[in-house]
Amino acid sequence: MKTYKVISVLALLAIVAGLLTGCPQKPAAKEPIKIAVLGPLSGDVATFGESNRDGALMAIEEWNAKGGVLGRKIEPVIGDTKCDAGEAANVANKVIFEDKVHYIVGAVCSSASIPISEIANPNKVLQISGTSTNPAVTINEDGSNKEYVFRACFLDPFQGEVNASMAYDELGLKTAAVLYDVGNDYVKGLAEYFKQAFEEKGGQVLVFEAYTKDDTDFSALLTKIADSGAECLFLPDYYAKNNLIAAQIKDKGMKIQLLGGDGWDSPELDLPLFEGGYHSNHYSPADPRPVVQNFVKAYTEKYGAEPDALATLGYDAATLLLKSIEAAGVDDPEKVRDAMAKIKVECVSGEIYFDENGDPVKKAAIIKIEGGKKVFYKFVAP
Amino acid sequence: MKDTVIKLLLRIVVWGLVAALTIAVVVVVARLIQRNPVLFFQQVVNGLQLGFVYALIALGYTMIYGVVKLINFAHGDVFMVGSFVSFYAITRYRLHLWPASVYYRTQGITPTPEALAQAPGWTMIIGTVLVILLAMIVCGFLNIIIERVAYKPLRNAPRIAALITAIGVSFFLEYFTALGFVFGPDYYTYVRPMPVISWNIGGVAISNILVVIIVSTIFLLVLLQYIVMRTKMGKAMRASAFDKPTARLMGINVDMVISFTFALGAIFAGAAGVLYAIAYPQIITFVGIRPGLKAFVAAVLGGIGNIPGAFVGSLIMGQAEAMTIGFFSITMPSGEVLAGSTLRDAIVFAILILVFLIRPTGIFGEPEGEKA
Repeated sequence: MKTYKVISVLALLAIVAGLLTGCPQKPAAKEPIKIAVLGPLSGDVATFGESNRDGALMAIEEWNAKGGVLGRKIEPVIGDTKCDAGEAANVANKVIFEDKVHYIVGAVCSSASIPISEIANPNKVLQISGTSTNPAVTINEDGSNKEYVFRACFLDPFQGEVNASMAYDELGLKTAAVLYDVGNDYVKGLAEYFKQAFEEKGGQVLVFEAYTKDDTDFSALLTKIADSGAECLFLPDYYAKNNLIAAQIKDKGMKIQLLGGDGWDSPELDLPLFEGGYHSNHYSPADPRPVVQNFVKAYTEKYGAEPDALATLGYDAATLLLKSIEAAGVDDPEKVRDAMAKIKVECVSGEIYFDENGDPVKKAAIIKIEGGKKVFYKFVAP
Repeated sequence: MKDTVIKLLLRIVVWGLVAALTIAVVVVVARLIQRNPVLFFQQVVNGLQLGFVYALIALGYTMIYGVVKLINFAHGDVFMVGSFVSFYAITRYRLHLWPASVYYRTQGITPTPEALAQAPGWTMIIGTVLVILLAMIVCGFLNIIIERVAYKPLRNAPRIAALITAIGVSFFLEYFTALGFVFGPDYYTYVRPMPVISWNIGGVAISNILVVIIVSTIFLLVLLQYIVMRTKMGKAMRASAFDKPTARLMGINVDMVISFTFALGAIFAGAAGVLYAIAYPQIITFVGIRPGLKAFVAAVLGGIGNIPGAFVGSLIMGQAEAMTIGFFSITMPSGEVLAGSTLRDAIVFAILILVFLIRPTGIFGEPEGEKA
């Protein structure tokens, strides 16, 4: 018995000693600046996280090729959040307290970005998410602003409004139908924002109905929509479900204007079924600005595929962060935060500056499906 | 004396309820027809399409239950395998175009892709039938293997063991086939073996898909009823269902009969898998769960173990779903409108509970259960 006690006391001492020696030393000036890049790299939205990571890494590599920032190299720290709140908190604790990063790019899902922001903000770690669209990412529950949290993408209410204005003002459609997945907060939120905005403009939403993730038969719902005489149908879901709905619309021989959100942005979207449809997106590869064209060319050369919105926003988020560090002139998250609040950068997804909440003021791109291809239609400003 | 009075009163109440419900349904249907007949019949058609596919799955469920007394939860996943087999037969090997290709060669024409796209309709029909047959055969063999490996060693184990094993097989099929080198984890857009043609009959759109589904389901249903009721094998099945030890004493190879039953059930699931994918053209390895569950409910609704019961139960399920989505909505006191699409499953399962309150063994089920 006694020997066990002695051993356990010794072990405890060893652990304490280890902790003491592991205490932070002042970083040497030439040490690299660490930036955490977080996102889902496994699970059912893994491609979102991979695109986002590739975009962010490309920005970091470009800066390193120019000699880094503040004369120091940039070292990315990759973490997998699995689009899961618990997993995201673990990863955030790891990168903040073990890797001692001062800056986080990510995560992708709002459900992961929110718990990360709740750890990063009180610990004065600057976080910028490329793609999390939920309002709660940058705002606390009590309505106050999370000072150290920013994002590079527009929010869901704006996207709903853009689509409503597209249907009502641009196409002159006065009646609409909406189908949404009741189990997905993002899809449901977008559906409700669209309905609200469309009705405020004076339009009528004749059918506003939900389905669940596993539903495959939409014939009864579509018959109802056809009977209601709605002129357009808003589909806020992701591409896979939209493909199935659009196939059944075609089978029924229905002629209805289709509209959607950034969930349509995937190479998997079955374009011929969506002919004549419009969707809002964060950027368009057909945007003629040189910053876009250079990015698209470099990305395609490096990864062998055209960048999607997630890659673009990952790239923009990393770029915004690095420009802010450069503008602040020191590796101090507080100064960098102040610099970021004032910065105005020509990004791939449009010119970005931040409002008082750390949300960007930027335009949305409208993409039209024409002749079986995605065509850039126009920008819509807030 | 007192007991019989109470029983009589209960019976009167129950039948009164049934009568009231029937009248209510008839009145509502009549008003719906009066208001907009085209819309109503279009929803009937939508419900028919769904109901007939459910029927094909439910037949396999009910038959296997009738003979083995096992609720084969893997049935929906065998159905999924049917969809994928046909999908790869069509996309990789272009099986649906083989008849057209053969036909062109006999005519001395080279079957170019452009020519094949213009192939005569009857070659398309044969091609579709070929695809369905292939899926049926593959599923039949698959289910024989499943039965040998997973269920046969448990023949004399408690029934719950076989049930849990069935759930295990179901998960195995879903996740094993989701691996990259099997079917893959993604959503696939199903490529139909034939183009969709839609006819307009008095404003109601009816597609060739619906016709294919109804014709194949009725054909297979009649075939099944014939096999079970008129052949020697069917007699052996009924005998095994009734009393296995005695059937064995009479010289029936019960193990063979059970294998045959599983194969037959899976053949139906395979056909259903193809037809379902043709009607709702998107597949993933989890696509079988929902229709499998609904078909199981339909089989129970009709009286599990009973073939016509499974068919009627499925049609009721299909109609209930389409009608709920089409016409049902509740306005809550808060002003929120609950649309039929969100209430669909609640209403469908409420029907199930109601039926069970009145007839615990299902619509066609008999108290002791005459087996299929």
